[in-house]
Amino acid sequence: MAYGAAFNPHAEHPASDSHAAHPTGLRRWLFSTNHKDIGTLYLGLAIVGMFIGGTFSILMRINLQSPGHHLFSDGQMYNVIVTGHGLIMIFFVIMPALIGGLGNWFVPLMIGAPDMAFPRMNNLSFWFTAGGMCLLLLSTQMEGAPGANGVGAGWTLYAPFSTLGHPGPAVDFGILALHTAGAGSILGAINFITTILNMRAPGMTLHRMPLFVWSELVTAFLLLLALPVLAGAITMLLTDRNFGTTFYDPAGGGDPILYQHLFWFFGHPEVYIMILPAFGIVSQVISTFSRKPIFGYLGMAYAMVSIGVIGFVVWAHHMFTAGLSLDTQRYFTAATMVIAVPTGVKIFSWIATMWGGSIRLTAPMLWAIGFLLLFTIGGVTGVVLANAGVDHVLHNTYYVVAHFHYVLSLGAVFGILCGWYYWFPKMTGYVIPDWMGKTHFWIAFIGSNVTFFPMHFLGLAGMPRHYFDYPDAYADWHFIASIGSYIFAAGMIFFVFVNLYAYFIRKEPAGNNPWGSGATTLEWTLSSPPPFHQYEVLPRITGGDH
Amino acid sequence: MSSDIHQPMRGGQRPRALRRTLFLAVTAATLMLGLSFAAVPAYRLFCRATGFAGTPLVAAQNTTKRLGQMMVVRFDANVAPGLAFDFAPETPFVHLHLGETKTVEFHVANESDQPATAVASFNIQPDLAAQYFNKLSCFCFDETVLKPHESKDLPVVFFVDPALAKDKDIRSLSSITLSYTFFPSKAGKSQASTTAKTRLN
Repeated sequence: MAYGAAFNPHAEHPASDSHAAHPTGLRRWLFSTNHKDIGTLYLGLAIVGMFIGGTFSILMRINLQSPGHHLFSDGQMYNVIVTGHGLIMIFFVIMPALIGGLGNWFVPLMIGAPDMAFPRMNNLSFWFTAGGMCLLLLSTQMEGAPGANGVGAGWTLYAPFSTLGHPGPAVDFGILALHTAGAGSILGAINFITTILNMRAPGMTLHRMPLFVWSELVTAFLLLLALPVLAGAITMLLTDRNFGTTFYDPAGGGDPILYQHLFWFFGHPEVYIMILPAFGIVSQVISTFSRKPIFGYLGMAYAMVSIGVIGFVVWAHHMFTAGLSLDTQRYFTAATMVIAVPTGVKIFSWIATMWGGSIRLTAPMLWAIGFLLLFTIGGVTGVVLANAGVDHVLHNTYYVVAHFHYVLSLGAVFGILCGWYYWFPKMTGYVIPDWMGKTHFWIAFIGSNVTFFPMHFLGLAGMPRHYFDYPDAYADWHFIASIGSYIFAAGMIFFVFVNLYAYFIRKEPAGNNPWGSGATTLEWTLSSPPPFHQYEVLPRITGGDH
Repeated sequence: MSSDIHQPMRGGQRPRALRRTLFLAVTAATLMLGLSFAAVPAYRLFCRATGFAGTPLVAAQNTTKRLGQMMVVRFDANVAPGLAFDFAPETPFVHLHLGETKTVEFHVANESDQPATAVASFNIQPDLAAQYFNKLSCFCFDETVLKPHESKDLPVVFFVDPALAKDKDIRSLSSITLSYTFFPSKAGKSQASTTAKTRLN
């Protein structure tokens, strides 16, 4: 870790221009140390990733639209597309958008800090992430499995398929992509923790922080503790592949199940890493458009903390069919169900916030309510899957696919879009016409439900995951799911148009606070877009500010 | 947080609070990285002690009491790609009492013109029965070296711990499968050399 360099970047240049001047052009973006510029870079990366990962998912749906695998001549090609879709969406869309993008933009603004604690490390985090994405895209051009290009081992990279099954260098590129992106995320997490714990404006106590900041703080701790385990696990994968070690190879006394344990020790907190910031965004938006402080603020904050803590002790519910003893399965079933309690606290507190509030159904509010409904559906199927007995039937079926897309695609992605429509006026200074955001919402809401709801039926009927063809019995629901994905994709194209229109053509100024008296957090006291350096005079917070 | 946190942002020393948080965060991340590697020996130790994940136990002698309850032990023999071995048990299954010691021979032949060094890895299905499956001696404890076209009969001596009959998860179990796979020897280490000699009470 570049401890010294990251720690005191200004020691050699006390009059460093990174905080005094306003660099322009290439210098501004390549060497950026400004949290808002880095946030913008992350959001740009996420949009690029979204179109690559989204295209992959459309390819999958075209192939699965009817029986008889039209698009892919062999299953390995389909595997590569599935793997690419998963890895890109998780590491290069949802995480950069929620943490690097919106987190970088709004954590300093909301706590009244001039910037992040380590601005140059912030820059390093971004370029690590971007480099990771390049490595992953390069891997598609390398040989993986014999006679096929790319990584087809799934985002979990289970051994032995990722070791013996992929002799070519593609998996090595994939592993290094996760290493670099992971290093970027760990550095980012250190930055968030240090910023939030040390740089809050006078009077901004931990218990007065906006819930979005709380969500980023908990997320940063999860990243800090979970990602090094992934790094260790995939490093052993790398040495198994290239240096003759046998950590996961039974030929030398290793055990592939160990990889699954290590991976899911990271993998389960990772799913909370992807959803907690969306919780934070939805809390801000629901409070703003109900014109009420959030109901049960402390309960909401500590619900996120307890979700984070419990998230570390439930990993083996991904491995119910891997030969765990019945007592182990009983424990992981019970522990997993316990997570429904703090999650329920959050759902009911959001509803209670709206209850009796003066609700305005603006575009961001629609996205937030949509999130609430769809995330709850995903949460309920999660409780179903938490039962080890039920999971033995549903493991690796489309029911699981439906479940995690309801919480991630319809949960985290709706959260991102909710935050985008909420903060677009603050970030750009321009207003998106409300009807456009609402139109996008309804297209996305219909499209995503038509895509993913039938997958519950497919899964219950026994359709397995990761298959690129299927018997005719499954054809109808697959066809409907494909239609839904095209509707959602049309919505995303509309979304691009909406943004270009609002930013380049319409240019309706937003003013400091376009959302009115419900928007009470600090960012709305600044101009839109905020000045390059904000809070020359630190704001002073008194009373309940959240 | 007072404003002295922010003053040094414009040049000069960063305050101690930032440094302390940074130090703790880096320590936590490094610790987790270390723990992920420590998981390897820890997991191996755990599997060996508990028979977890189908790791059969190795016993020095059979001190258990023979029960009337019968068990079928099936045998499965596989050869990994890269070895031209013919490998099969002398019988597909045996009947035995819980606690009874049995010897079964496996026939292995090297069908290539090259000498081969191989090591057999072993596994028990269902996994949950592994903690009751004890081996007194096994060819899988050592490497098997075969000259071109040489064949051998390799014995395995084992018993099933009668305590299985008291396990609420699998007491009704009627058959156990012992599976072997011959791999080309990797760095000369057998799986058994990483499996300690665990004794039975």
